[in-house]
Amino acid sequence: MSVLQLAAAPGSPEITSRAYRFGALTAVACAVVTLLTLAAVFAPAVAPYDPTQVDPSAVYQGPGGAHLLGTDDVGRDILSRLLYGARASLLGPAIVVVVAAVVGTLVAVSAAWIGGRFDAFVSRGLDVIFAFPGLVLAIVAVAVIGPGLMAPAAALSISYVPYIARVLRTAAIRQRNLPYIAALEVQGFGAAAICARHLVPNLLPLLIVQATVAFGYALLDLSAVSFLGLGTQPPAPEWGLMVANGQPSIVAGHLEQSLSAGLTIVIAVVAFNLLGQGLSRVFLGEDR
Amino acid sequence: MASVVIYGAMFVVPGDPASLLVGGSKPNPEALAAIRRQFHLDEPFWQSYLRWLGGAVRGDFGTSLVYRSPVADLIAARALTTLLLVAYAAIVIIVAGVGLGLLAGWKERRAGAVITVATTVMMGAPTFVMAVVFVAVFATGLGWFPVFGAGSGLADRLWHLTLPAFALAFSWIAYVAQMTRASVREELRSEHVDTARGRGVPERSILRRHVLRNASGPILTVSGLTVAGLFAGTAVAEQAFGINGVGALLVQSAAKQDLAIVQAISLVLVVAFVMVNMLVDVANALLDPRATRRTAG
Amino acid sequence: MSALLSIDRLRVELPAKKGSRTVIHDVSLDVRAGEAVALVGESGSGKSMTTRAVMRLLPEGARLSGEIRFDGVSIPGMDRRALRRWRATRVGMVFQDPRAHINPVRRIGDFLMEGVRLDGRLSAGQARERVSRLMRAVGVADVDRRLSQYPHELSGGLLQRVMIAAALATEPDLLLADEPTTALDVTTQEEVVAIIDGLRRERGLAMLFITHDLDLAAAVCDRIAVMYAGSIVEERPAGALTPDASHPYTRGLLAARPEIGRREPRLRTIEGRPISAFEVGDGCAFATRCPMVRDLCRRERPAPVHVTGGRVACHFAGEAEPQAVVGDGAAR
Repeated sequence: MSVLQLAAAPGSPEITSRAYRFGALTAVACAVVTLLTLAAVFAPAVAPYDPTQVDPSAVYQGPGGAHLLGTDDVGRDILSRLLYGARASLLGPAIVVVVAAVVGTLVAVSAAWIGGRFDAFVSRGLDVIFAFPGLVLAIVAVAVIGPGLMAPAAALSISYVPYIARVLRTAAIRQRNLPYIAALEVQGFGAAAICARHLVPNLLPLLIVQATVAFGYALLDLSAVSFLGLGTQPPAPEWGLMVANGQPSIVAGHLEQSLSAGLTIVIAVVAFNLLGQGLSRVFLGEDR
Repeated sequence: MASVVIYGAMFVVPGDPASLLVGGSKPNPEALAAIRRQFHLDEPFWQSYLRWLGGAVRGDFGTSLVYRSPVADLIAARALTTLLLVAYAAIVIIVAGVGLGLLAGWKERRAGAVITVATTVMMGAPTFVMAVVFVAVFATGLGWFPVFGAGSGLADRLWHLTLPAFALAFSWIAYVAQMTRASVREELRSEHVDTARGRGVPERSILRRHVLRNASGPILTVSGLTVAGLFAGTAVAEQAFGINGVGALLVQSAAKQDLAIVQAISLVLVVAFVMVNMLVDVANALLDPRATRRTAG
Repeated sequence: MSALLSIDRLRVELPAKKGSRTVIHDVSLDVRAGEAVALVGESGSGKSMTTRAVMRLLPEGARLSGEIRFDGVSIPGMDRRALRRWRATRVGMVFQDPRAHINPVRRIGDFLMEGVRLDGRLSAGQARERVSRLMRAVGVADVDRRLSQYPHELSGGLLQRVMIAAALATEPDLLLADEPTTALDVTTQEEVVAIIDGLRRERGLAMLFITHDLDLAAAVCDRIAVMYAGSIVEERPAGALTPDASHPYTRGLLAARPEIGRREPRLRTIEGRPISAFEVGDGCAFATRCPMVRDLCRRERPAPVHVTGGRVACHFAGEAEPQAVVGDGAAR
């Protein structure tokens, strides 16, 4: 008798190890997100220098020595600016995600519950917002309101509503049609009570997954706005702004500022993305 | 669907032209009144909106307060550069994204995991970060490409636009690759592919005639969405590489609160977005014989 | 006379979340040239997986042991090229659901021609000629129009005829039919079975016919193999199954058939839940449902024993009283 492996596919042990590796990736992502949050909260305690302290005698210091990641064109400590920068860089996406999640959930649940023409109207509205790229909406908001963190954050809050609401609406409609909702209605519970106590809690895992992934993309968009000089204004530290600040120095060979800030953004976004995928597997049991 | 989007865009874009003056210096009241009259800012909102809308349809977007010249001319002078950049990036995205996605989906065991990890990281790398990296490596490091500017003449322009196009394309390549891989995997698992295998159709033909052909719908949709999104991305790419295009004009006008330009460019971008999506709908309907009853609306 | 297709102690494991699952425990079956053999069993018994193993269409990561030979050549041992040639010329397969198994975005004509033109010996014109002839043979009218239509424009019955035509188009020696009528409505089922049966006899094709319908199997096949939870439990000549069946499961199946013309007070069923192959322990797979189960059955798996005209895998074959095997469907 011959033992043959028909498709030369990885056997079961390898599949388990891959699942383990992806689980480990999620753990790493979770750790990165936690670290970034801690950095934002405890920046004053952990930052070795004042992030806005200019030091003409220590311009363009390389990494190592007194400045772990070096200094920028006016002698400010890059590590300290990155740590303090976590505040503005994470606060913006946090605002965007919280507003979009609250508005998105309200819109999705009410559209799913009321249905009919209201639902059709809401869906069209979400399509319209979706057709408007978030970055462009943020730039328009800056043109109208003025530069800073708030105008683009407000604009992106609107932009990200469809991202949350579309997925939630579909799930809410599915829940709406489940017998347990009808059972609650028969028992005389009001729509608001059923939504608040049963429907929304059941949508929560999906909401958290969507919000986590959205956080990463909002971070991308907001740091792009700052890079363009339309977001957080200098000399306040912010990652996107730091990339722009360091740009002129690249030609002279001083990459520290732009590269470290850019890398931080990439790491943060990838971490939120992986965390979202990991949560999706845990909560919803599916790959996204 | 398209008309709703355009209407929505109109609804969002115009804002209040009078707020322009809030951001500027404080001129004396007579000068202010003169400017208001000259640019019709003394009219009520709906009236100026209709005037603007009427003009936009005829290709007249009004006059820029900062540049003191017609908005349409400002845009037209920069449109070619931006279109070239978008086209360049789109080709890079579709060739590299679909190629990588196909490879990842087809050679799942050998390349799947690697490409999945690579694309996840790429998705997190925004245009402006890649701009910095590319400039550091290919422009100042290796000296292969110029650091800034758009160049003149087609070959020189393309040479100048290479780094911007790749920086712009970078994360989109990953997105298209992931979507392509997903639809290729799905088709490869489908039963009609089993039929073809069972008939002894060579793997290469299966990939071309059954997998790629069937997955082309979703791939096209994603590519269309991507290309439409590129128009917005030019703002960052042009600003990062000092290219004097429509995107950079949008950013500079926003910083100077030159609303006439911001409105016009936003409208053009949204119309471009909608038109690309409509083209994709039409192409999809042509590709899928089952979609004959589905219309582009 | 040696067999055209010979399956010997086939065992298939599929990768699962933890380790692997056995979907086929022990299948040995011969199909001689020109002979029609039915593989009968409930869903999940592994009958479809057996045809997939023969066609080498198992899911990725599947492990196969045992041997499958076609005309003396090992199918699992074939290299890519040999496998492709074998599939393209010697064997034709008809799947259960034609709607899923025919590419929806390509024309019927493309689907049919794709197989015919694989070996490159026929010109486009000759191929089209052969395809049209086959389409008429499977009872499709208005062939030219049908060839330029898309699958969604055809009914399920018509599509299955197209699939049969495609399977026969390369003039194979063996036809594998995996529940070819299950997805069709009842009247269409009969027509499709008649077409398969007629064309098979006419061409002297061997056939492995997968079905859950014992009567259908008896009507179109020479021999019947009954499968339960991944193993063949009994194999008999089609004509001798009803009188000779000696495995309790086969008897249960036979007794559970409603008979036309007799008004049954209650439909009879086999007690208990059908189990999947991976749930089978050390003993007989049918032990959990068998009315005459003894200690030996739970301890030791019965090996197939040759009996008159066939084989049966039961420690106490022949002792069972058919009536005792059957329970009341309504009693539960």
